[in-house]
This record gives sequence, structure tokens and C-alpha cells, in this order.
Amino acid sequence: MQRRHFLKKSIVIASLAAMGAMSGLAFAGDKDPIKVGILHSLSGTMAISETSLKDVALMTIAEINAKGGLLGRKLEAVVVDPASNWPLFAEKARQLVSKDKVDVTFGCWTSVSRKSVLPVYEELNSLLFYPVQYEGEELSQNVFYTGAAPNQQAIPAVEYLMSKDGGSAKRFVLLGTDYVYPRTTNKILRAFLKSKGVAEKDIDEVYTPFGHSDYQTIVANIKKFAAGGKTAVISTINGDSNVPFYKELGNAGLKAKDVPVIAFSVGEEELRGIDTKPLVGHLAAWNYFMSVKNPTNTAFIKQWKEYAKKAKLPNADKVVTNDPMEATYVGIHMWAQAVEKAKSTDVTKVRAAMAGQTFKSPSGFTLKMDETNHHLHKPVMIGEVQGDGQFQIVWKTGGPLRAQPWSPYIVGNEKKQGL
Amino acid sequence: MTTITKLYGVKGWLTLALFSAGVMILVPVLNLAVSSSNPLHISDYSVSLMGKIMCYAVVALAIDLIWGYAGILSLGHGLFFALGGYAMGMYLMRMIGTEGQYHSHLPDFMVFLDWKELPWYWTGSDHFWFAALLVVLVPGLLAFVFGYFAFRSRIKGVYFSIITQALTFAFMLLFFRNETGFGGNNGFTDFKRIIGFALADPATKTGLFMATGLFLIMALLLCRYIVTSKFGRVLAAIRDHESRLMFCGYNPLGYKLFVWTLSAVLCGIAGALYVPQVGIINPGEMSPGNSIEIAIWAAVGGRGTLIGPLMGAAIVNGAKSWFTVAFPEYWLYFLGLLFVGVTLYMPAGVVGVAQQVKARFK
Amino acid sequence: MSSKIILKFLLRFFVFYLFLFSAVVHALEADLSKNTDLFKRLATGESDDKIIAIHSLVATEHPAALLILQALKNGELSVTPKGVLLIVNDKGALDALTQQMINPAPENLEALMLNNRLRGAVDTALAILNLQSGDKAVRLVAANELLDKAVPELLPGIQKALLKETDKEIKTLLGLLEASIQLGSVDTEIRLKAISVLAESEQSSTSLLLQPFMEKNSEGQFLESDESVRTAAKVALLRINERLVRMEYVGRLFSGISLGSILLLAALGLAITYGLMGVINMAHGELLMIGAYTTFMVQTFFRQYFPSNIDGYLLAAVPASFIVAALVGMALERSVIRHLYGRPLETLLATWGISLLLIQGIRTVFGAQNVEVSNPSWMSGGYQVASNLILTYNRIVIIFFALFVLLLVWLLLNKTRLGLFVRAVTQNRKMADCLGVPTRNIDTWTFGLGSGIAGLGGCALSQIGNVGPDLGQSYIVDSFMVVVLGGVGQLAGTVSGALGLGIVNKFLEPLSGPVMAKILILVFIIIFIQRRPQGLFALKGRVVEH
Repeated sequence: MQRRHFLKKSIVIASLAAMGAMSGLAFAGDKDPIKVGILHSLSGTMAISETSLKDVALMTIAEINAKGGLLGRKLEAVVVDPASNWPLFAEKARQLVSKDKVDVTFGCWTSVSRKSVLPVYEELNSLLFYPVQYEGEELSQNVFYTGAAPNQQAIPAVEYLMSKDGGSAKRFVLLGTDYVYPRTTNKILRAFLKSKGVAEKDIDEVYTPFGHSDYQTIVANIKKFAAGGKTAVISTINGDSNVPFYKELGNAGLKAKDVPVIAFSVGEEELRGIDTKPLVGHLAAWNYFMSVKNPTNTAFIKQWKEYAKKAKLPNADKVVTNDPMEATYVGIHMWAQAVEKAKSTDVTKVRAAMAGQTFKSPSGFTLKMDETNHHLHKPVMIGEVQGDGQFQIVWKTGGPLRAQPWSPYIVGNEKKQGL
Repeated sequence: MTTITKLYGVKGWLTLALFSAGVMILVPVLNLAVSSSNPLHISDYSVSLMGKIMCYAVVALAIDLIWGYAGILSLGHGLFFALGGYAMGMYLMRMIGTEGQYHSHLPDFMVFLDWKELPWYWTGSDHFWFAALLVVLVPGLLAFVFGYFAFRSRIKGVYFSIITQALTFAFMLLFFRNETGFGGNNGFTDFKRIIGFALADPATKTGLFMATGLFLIMALLLCRYIVTSKFGRVLAAIRDHESRLMFCGYNPLGYKLFVWTLSAVLCGIAGALYVPQVGIINPGEMSPGNSIEIAIWAAVGGRGTLIGPLMGAAIVNGAKSWFTVAFPEYWLYFLGLLFVGVTLYMPAGVVGVAQQVKARFK
Repeated sequence: MSSKIILKFLLRFFVFYLFLFSAVVHALEADLSKNTDLFKRLATGESDDKIIAIHSLVATEHPAALLILQALKNGELSVTPKGVLLIVNDKGALDALTQQMINPAPENLEALMLNNRLRGAVDTALAILNLQSGDKAVRLVAANELLDKAVPELLPGIQKALLKETDKEIKTLLGLLEASIQLGSVDTEIRLKAISVLAESEQSSTSLLLQPFMEKNSEGQFLESDESVRTAAKVALLRINERLVRMEYVGRLFSGISLGSILLLAALGLAITYGLMGVINMAHGELLMIGAYTTFMVQTFFRQYFPSNIDGYLLAAVPASFIVAALVGMALERSVIRHLYGRPLETLLATWGISLLLIQGIRTVFGAQNVEVSNPSWMSGGYQVASNLILTYNRIVIIFFALFVLLLVWLLLNKTRLGLFVRAVTQNRKMADCLGVPTRNIDTWTFGLGSGIAGLGGCALSQIGNVGPDLGQSYIVDSFMVVVLGGVGQLAGTVSGALGLGIVNKFLEPLSGPVMAKILILVFIIIFIQRRPQGLFALKGRVVEH
């Protein structure tokens, strides 16, 4: 009995060892994979927005691997979950770069998370691709910004609101969540509005904390403010706080044609959780909408839907694409192109090769990575919410705009305008 | 009056000596003197991680002091930890000087808020000794005032725990506001130097690590001294049956207030050591959930033992760092099961289980 | 200052259009076939062209105007590649010009889409047409629509409608319209009369109309030359402001009661379980979340199997949320909490662990994203009390629902045998045990009751906020505060705690912002508890002991 037991045990161990050795051999035969870090919150308040970015990144990496990988090596994704916890973001970033030795990271959403990982990437000289629209006032040699700077989103949006088609707004409510992105964006917008002759008393700035859900008082105040003249609301409310805001807005009878609300953080993903019928006519400004009609986008959406089904993502039949997803997709492809061009994953070489990279994006335009300022040239589109949760594009630029990370509307940026 | 040597037996002192040697000698050598290609090399990342865990260990010690020995469960101790961290953070922010994103003498977040000068409560924060003073005074004073009123009204048990939750929640909301002047949601980050030493320098990191280790050992000895003294006996009596103690003629107020304030100060100093090693402080540290997790470190390790909570802090945080990499979706399941399992099946924690095992094999 | 300029600008804008109208009307009256030109403009023109076409439709009183504009508003208007306008709905395709049905509906139709500006123009145009409608409700909507858009061109039409109007409410509105136009009259008497009519207005936009009367131009002279008119305007403005401020207070009170009702639903279950067992259930927030997700599941079920009865899903969701949450609560009690009897601090920690498990479980099953729970149509919108005060239906329903739940709980606790046992165990567990009350079973039932009420709370929350895995976390601290403030053992405590906190919060908010209001309340509670540790209404002794 003892011997049989011993025999069985040794056979199991031996076969395991053999398998291990064989796989090791097989592995040793291939070249090492190129490691790509994915730094997005998969739990916590930001999971709602960021989980889909992780999935799009994995899809793009699989797409590149299917075409043979990069420089004859496969891409391997290293996914970590910083759980919407900013200090954990910094720790995970450090882990990705120094322990896992990734050659590039795609990640972050809120400006807080980006600001907490920035020192890590600069200290360890690694690359981060940041796919979300943000407030500018930053230009790191270790970051490539594939989201919109204020002049590629916020400023054109306000110009639209002031135009005839946008409603000829004369008074503005700047409503945002209390953190750096809305604060800085509103600072820029205030200066911009002032430059267009809008008086101080016609601008109202209001901030709510993350996760705020009771908007009764705020909506009542907007109504009161709107009685003084044609008003538009510029919303930098973040994430899921938008839902109770829009619900209250709809119920209180504030129609989009009377007081249009334009949002910078509301996309197809956020609308998935709302009944959009009372919101028809409200606006959003992005560089890409899922409803854009062109062959690249059709293929992109099809690819994403198939991936969602294959990877068994929750609610796979109702997945949508949005701007940060498109930016992630473009970013990974551009990085891959730069690596091929530089024939190496070395940070300095890739950084140099990124300059001037172009890519045909699902937005229907060919986007270019600027030679010097690490930002993409992006088109601007304004969309109106439709009853089915999609956006109808009511305005767009003729072509991509160059980013101005140092907004000319902030005092002290005069010397940085060439950048 | 117990003398220092009587605090621990021979085995205890030996373990302590080994630990100190490891912290003060082995790790620094393996990090700084040994090259990175050597398999024995301990990376900067690991040094910071261990330093962080040691800071948490001090907090667990503080919780054990009041919970394991005095029966006061605080679900808001993360607040004191964070306040100490913010006090140190203020100093570190001033040390950035003009090397921030906006190249101004003001911290970055004040620039984007359009503030033109430092608010009054930031005066003096550019001196290290003043910051060190704040690290001790701010949590200490807050704890003292709060504790005085709470214990005087004889608020106990669950009510007290809920009130501490409210306290930390209120402060968290306050610090999340950008107008409060502490960086709002961003918190403090992008530190460059501490007392002239560059924070990016591995030597500074190791130095901080060693300082944390030293502080942990001193805190442990201090707590051990308190609980093995007559004072500690009274604490145990408060924990076990406070009203009976009062009938014996003791006023528990002074005792409770003392350990409460002491534990807050320990947390504050731990926070101050934590921030330069992690590189960021943010109101999320004050979240109610954070403080509840602190209690579980003590519970996992075994409260009322001082050593137990240290191990508990190491185990839980080690597991957290591992899980969020290996199985990020399962981390919360593990933590939840830990809470339930430990309270149901391991009320004496790891130390208790170890003692049972030892007794079994006697 | 600028409001005066806006008004002037608007007036000029419309005067320009008036000329355009007359020109177009002239041309159109001459040649009926030129209607196709107008239609073409509507179909294929730019926004400006479309607006001109819409105004022409109204000005010429084209017979198909109402039909076409209504179709445009509903998104039913399409254009063929040749530029023919069709109204396409479930009845088929109708040619807008000839009013003939087209069978079969042609291919390659392009639907005419509206943007905000066009929507505004269409609504105004429809309102002008609908003023003549035979249906009172339609006329009312039309009058409300035109309130801020009165221009001199409309005066004859409005006066004509006023003569015919029988309904008092619409008559008042039309009177306001007439008065706002007559403010610009050259006759002082007419202006005075207009101001006195407007003084009764409840619209906040009326003050905008009256402001210019108080202003001076750049030379320091009053824009309004007549002194009596100026005085009348000043008096009118004061009265209007008074009315608006009063309505604002009512609004704040309503918000406070609404928030209080939500807090009540969230905290009632917690108060009951804590009062009975001395257990603070940290998983309470997650029971709220389970109630909300159950509502979501019921909605999904109805959408799939009873799509025509979708508005009734809420009635099924209420008992469903109660039952599911109660079952989960009872399972919790049996498996975990009863083993920790007598150890409240450990129970606190264990239930916190359970809350983590529940949150992550929901995340795994439903995803980390929020799920969409929409209000049934009878709960959308609001009741307009005054122009600046709308009481939203969903909140009104929740207030009544909270009262209903309160009544049920009161009946249960005071009129049933189970309630008797619950009260007995709450007051003195040992004694009740001695008297033969099955305390262990009562524990389970009470926990189930408390959890079920939390489920009901979650059902209510799903109607006004997000439904996501983190739903419970945002309400847990508030629930604790209500319980701590109100005291345990009596329903009156929870009610007063919840209402008090809600109302105080909403009155502080306009002064200090939402965050400071919450902080002040927390600080207040912390201080209050020092003075009165047992809360407002306490059943147990002087000292909070366990």
C-alpha cells in the first residue's frame, strides 16, 4: 500500500517535472515576449469607465499578436488593478516598470491617477500612454497623451454653444466634480469666456464631490440662473455622478432646447446606465463617436463586439465604443509602429520614433502624433444625445487640430505657446 | 515597576534582535551594497514595500493597544495616520520649491486654484522640526479633545466605533474639497527631497526604511512596557468589565484618554514615515473602509498580544500586494472571507492558532 | 444691462423675420405651387433655411403645417432622394404635400434630424398653431410654450385667442403673454395695465422683462420716461421676488422631506436590527444594493416577457426586493451573526467582511458598470407648482412610499403577535426568554424584517440614483447617523432623525455647498452624541451600555 502510494506520487511528480521542462524548453526556443503594462482600475468608483479600456487594450494586443507580434516577438500584457486608489496607482506603476520590466504602459483615467504615477515614470524613465481627455498644463517627456487637450474639446464646445446652432448662449454654468481636471478646465474656460466679452455675473462655477448624487438644489439653482438669460451648462461632472444629475434635470423639465448641457466626461459607456429619453438634445464633445460612419469605424466596432463575445464580457451584446477606447486603440498601434520603426523597445529610440507617427483612426481621420509636444492632432465632434443612447453628430471640425497643452488663456503660458 | 530587561523573555529578545539586525543591517546591505544582477539583491521596490508594511504594523500596534488592551474599538484610526502623513506632506510639498509643474513657489494645486499666496495654516511648514511637531501635535490634540468628550460621556462599544467612523468620514469630505487647501482629490505628490536628501536616491529610501524599523521596535517596546505595568492591569480591567472597575474606585477616563492619545500619536508618526516612502498622500487614506481594514489586521494577528497585530498587518498587506497582481478580481473575496473567517473561527488570531498548535504538540 | 440688450436684439431679430415673413407670404400667396419650394427648403436646406421654412408654414397658415411640424417633432419626417417630403410612421408613408399614401414606402429615405435650435423653432411654431386648437390640454401646453417668446407679431393672434378662451388657467397665461408684449407699447396707460397684470405673474422670467424699466442708459437717464410706470414696475418686481423666494423655501422644504424619506427607508431596517440585537450590520448598505438589483432584474424580466406592461414593473419589484433582501438577511443571521451573539464588535467586523463579499459578488455577476433602471412613465416628470418650483413625481412617490412602509412597520410592531415578541425582546431579552418567547427565532425574523425594509429602500433608491455595486457604500454612513441621532427602540426616533437630517441638510446646502453641509451635520451629530449619547428618543437607560 505504501509502495503503490509512493509510486503514484513519484509518477505524478515526474510527469509534472517533464511537462515543466518541456515547456521551459519550448519557451527557451522562442524569443522573450515584449511586456506591455495595463494600469486601469478594475474595481472601485472608476471601474465603470476603466474596465472597458483594459479590454480594448487586450483586444488590440491580441490583434497585433495575430499579425505576428512586434520585431518577431509576441506582446504579453501585464494587467494590474490599482482599484481606483491613487497611492496604489503609484505602487502598481513602480511594480510594472521595475519588477515586471514592462517596456510601455497604457493606463490611467483621472488626472489624479496620472499625477500620482508621473513621478514614477519620470524617475524610472519609462513610457506611459494616457488615453483620456484632460486639462493640459502638463508636458512630460515620458508620457504620450492620446486624449484631448482643452483646445481640442472644451474650447470648441463652448464656441458651439455660443453659435446660433448651439443656442446662442449668453450665460454659463460651469458645473464640475471637485478635482484638478474640472478646476483647471473651468479656469481656462473662464478666461476664454471673458475674452469673448461674457461678464463675471453671467458665469457661475459650482463643484460637487466625487460620487455626489443629490442634485435637487443644483438643478433648482440652474433654473434660477437661466431666468436671467439664455443659459448653457458646461458639465465636467465625472463618471457615475452624471446619472442622478441627468435624471434630476429631465424630471425638473429643463429641456435641452432651453438650457443645453454639454458634457466632457459623458460618452456611450456612461449613457448605457441611463434612460436617455429625457436627455435627448443634450450634448457631448469628443474626438470620436460610435455613430461616426466610415469603414474603419465599422470594422473597429465589429472587432470589439466579437472580442466581447469571445472573452465573455458582461452584457457582451450591448457593448459600445467610445472616445477613450478609440484613443487606447490608436495609442497602442502607434506605439507598435514606433517600435517597428526604431527596431527596438528602448525608451529613447521609441520616443524619437513616435514623432510624426500617423494612424487611420475609426474617427474617420488620420491622426498624427505631433513631432514635439507628445499630443495627437485630433478632430473635434459635438454630438446630441439620442433616445437610443447614441450620439447624433451636429458639428465637427474639417480636420484634426493640433493640441495646445499650455492653454493660451492661462496667465504665464505666453512663453510656452510654441510647444 | 518593570525594568526594560523584564519586558520579554530570552526568546523574545532574541527574536527582536534578529529582526533589528535584519532591518538595520541585512536589508540595507542587500539593497545598496549588492549589485542588482545578484540574485540576493533586494530591489528598491521591495524596500519601499517593506517600509510601508512596517508603517502599517505600527498602526496595527496602536489599534491593539486600545482594542486588545482597553477594549476600545476605533474605526477611524486611519484619520490620525493620515493627519500625520499630511503634516509631513506639507513639509515635503514646500521642499519641492519651484521644481513643480508650474515652477512657482506655491504648490501645484494652489496654482491651478488661482491662489496667490500660502494660506495661514501653511506657515512654518518649510521647517522640518515644525513639521515634526505638527506630526505629533495635530493627531494628538484631535484625539485628546475627541477622546475627552467621548469618554466623559461614557460612550462605549458600537456607538463609539460608529462615531469614530463619522469623524474620519467628515475629515475625508473636508480634505477632498479643493478649497480646504490640502490638495483636494490630488492630495500631495511629486515630492523631491526630505531634509536635503533626494527622495529618489536609493540611500534615502533605505534610510527611511531603517528609521521606520527603528520606530517600530521602539513603539513595540513602549507598548510592551505599558501593558506589562500596573497601568496595563487597569487597562485590562477596563476592557473586561469597566463598571466593576469604576465601583472599585478607579476613574477610567484618564487611562483610556492616555492610551487613546498615545495610539493616535503613534499612528501620526507612522503616517509621517509612510508618506515619503510611498510618495503620495490623499484623502482616500481617511476613508472609513481603510480604518476598518486596520482593525482586521489586529484581529487576524491576534489582538491583545502586540506581536499578533504586527504579523496580521504583514500578512494582510502582503496578501493584498500579491492578490492585486495575481488575481485582481479575487482580492475582495479574499479580504471579505478573511473578515468573516477570523471573527468566526479564529477569534484569537494567528497567535491564538499558533498557541493552540503548540499546546497540541506539547 | 445685457438683458436689456438681449431683449432689444431679440425684438430686432424678429422684426427682421417679420419682413421676411411678409415677403415670403406675398410670394406664397401668389403661387400655391411654390409650396414645393418651401418644402424643398425644409427638406434639404441648412438650419437657417429650415427655420425660415418653418416660420413660413406658420405664417401662411398652410393646412398641412400642423401635420408636418408634428411629424418633424416626432422624428417621422423623411425626404426621398428626389426631395419629396414624406411622413413615415406605423401607418405607412404619407406624402406631405399631396396628403396621399404611398404604397409601398420608397427606399433610401433620409430621416430629417433635429438639433436643439430646430427643436426650439418647431416647438414655438407648433405652439402658435396649437393656440387655436379645440383641445384644452393642447392649448395649455401651447400657451406655456410661448411664455418666454412673445413678440409683437403674435399680439393679434393672442388677443383673438383670449376672446375665445374659456379656461381660466389658459386665460391667465394668455393674459401674461399679452401683457409682456404690451410692455413695449407707446401708450403709457397700456404699459401701466401690462405691468399690473405682470405683477401677478409667478414666472421668474417676468422679472427679466421688468428689469429694464429700472435701468438707466449711458447718459444717466432712465430708459422709462414716465415716473408712474417706473414706480409700478418697482412694486411689481418686489411682489414677484417675494413670491419667488417663498416658492424657493417651499422647494427646499420639499427637497429636505424627500431626502429625509430616503434616509428613513435606508435607516429603518438598521434601527430595528440594532434596537433588537445590538448588532450594527455593516452589510446593511449591501442589502440596499440587493434591493436595487432585484428591481433591475424585475425590470429586465418585464422587458422581456411583458413589454406592454413595463410601467407596472415597479409594483412587482417592491415585494420582490423585500423578499430577496429579507432572505439574504436571514441567511446572514443564521450563518454568521448568531454565532457572534454577545460580541458586537466582532459582528461589526464580520458583517463588514460580508459586505465586501456581496459587493464583489454583484460585481462578478453583473459587471462593475452601473445598470440602467428607468422610471416608469408615470413617475417621470413633475408637478409644476410655480414657475420656479417643480415637485418631481419620483420623489413624491418615494415620500408616500416611505410613509406607507412606516405605517406597515408600525402596524406590524404594534398590532401583531410577532411585533409584540420583537418589542419584548428589544426591551428585555432575558425576561422575554423566561416568558417563553422564542428569542432565537425572533432574532432571525427581525433581521429578515430589517433586511427586507433595506431592500425596499434599495428599490426606492434605484428610481432616483445610480444602481451599481457601490450603491450601499454611499448610504451606510448616513444610515448610521440617523440611527445614532434618533436613538433606537422607537420608530419615532428614526423618523425624527431621518427627517431632521434631511431638512437641515437641504437648508444648509444653498448657504455652504453640499460638502460643507454634510460635514457640519456630521460634526453636529458627534457633538450631540456627547451630550445625549442615547439619541433623541431612547428606550434604554441613561448610559449607552451593552
